[in-house]
Amino acid sequence: MGTTRTTEILVGAFMAAGFLALFFLSMRVSNLSAGDGADGYALTARFDNIGSLKVRAPVSMAGVRLGRVEDIRFDADTYQAVVTLRIDGAYDRLPTDTFANIYTAGLLGEQYVALDPGGSQDYLGDGDQIEHTQSALVLEQMIGQFLFDKAQEGSE
Amino acid sequence: MLTDALARLGRSGIGAIAGIGRAHLLLVAVLGGLPALVTRPRLLLAQIYNVGVLSVLIIAVSGLFVGMVLGLQGYYVLSQFGAEESLGVMVAASLARELGPVVTALLVAGRAGSALTAEIGLMKATEQLSALEMMAVDPIRRILTPRFLGGFLAMPLLAAMFSTLGVLGGWFVGVGLLGVDDGAFWSQMQAKLDFREDVLNGVIKSLVFGVVVTWIALFQGYDATPTSAGVSRATTRSVVHAALAVLGLDFILTALMFGE
Repeated sequence: MGTTRTTEILVGAFMAAGFLALFFLSMRVSNLSAGDGADGYALTARFDNIGSLKVRAPVSMAGVRLGRVEDIRFDADTYQAVVTLRIDGAYDRLPTDTFANIYTAGLLGEQYVALDPGGSQDYLGDGDQIEHTQSALVLEQMIGQFLFDKAQEGSE
Repeated sequence: MLTDALARLGRSGIGAIAGIGRAHLLLVAVLGGLPALVTRPRLLLAQIYNVGVLSVLIIAVSGLFVGMVLGLQGYYVLSQFGAEESLGVMVAASLARELGPVVTALLVAGRAGSALTAEIGLMKATEQLSALEMMAVDPIRRILTPRFLGGFLAMPLLAAMFSTLGVLGGWFVGVGLLGVDDGAFWSQMQAKLDFREDVLNGVIKSLVFGVVVTWIALFQGYDATPTSAGVSRATTRSVVHAALAVLGLDFILTALMFGE
């Protein structure tokens, strides 16, 4: 009887350790604890060019993460990209004239949406659209523009 | 001459297909015993002990050292690009997605799968299985089903322990010895790793590997030629087939899960 009891205790400890490890992986290693899913509110923004922005990319203001990119669609009428941003419910006081830019983290890093606050007294709510946007900088375009300007300087 | 060679080829082909058929019939019979197992939880407990508890030591030590090596090698490459802060992402992603489930499955196949095959093969060689049948006890339900379920349940828990200890090992080397920033190590890891994409897919992988490894081990034991040479061959085949199946399946699962 004693050996059965020992086996039971050891199996119990094994399963507890296994589930503890799973819990550690979920909470400490992955982003499950960082608030996931449909809480918060949605904003949309239209960009002429989103570069290589991906769904789940961070949305930040002043370098602090406020939410993430939830959805990216293409508007066939205006030929623009419609980006849906899911903002954490705690940050519900973004002015209506907030400015949305697409920046790159580091030189080769991934792209993210950076918000710049405006001065309006009214705040954005669920489903509102951010009017002021700036597209992603495409390196080839910048280099092309630079070469073009140089050529202009030379001809003057 | 030519017809002889053709006949040999045909015989081995038919043999292989018949073996696959027998393996599936065995799997159906083993799964058929699951409902009856509810009334005998003791049997399952003993098998979780055999496959799970007894494998903890090798899993824990391997996980720790694999994580530490990942930390060292990752630091060496990442520091050339000034991206040491991404060490946590690299260690955790490769462990949760690939190394945790795969290495655990390989270790369990070697540590527990071979033991299962030898045990059942020897039971068959010494006619204990026939004796059970004589007493109107179904050997598949009494012997094979608890072992199958035990392996299936123990595998994801062992893989989670492996990954967790690996991350801690990588953290010890990266943060403790090489001076990567502690906050960046964890925060980058949490920002980049997704629960569903990385952790849950790793668990699904190890569940699949759990089925495959225990299934192959049980089949090889049950199908062994009942002699000492036959049991020895079956044990070797069990480990080799399980390792090949795990590595092949891992490629397919990775392509399905992470391919875009």
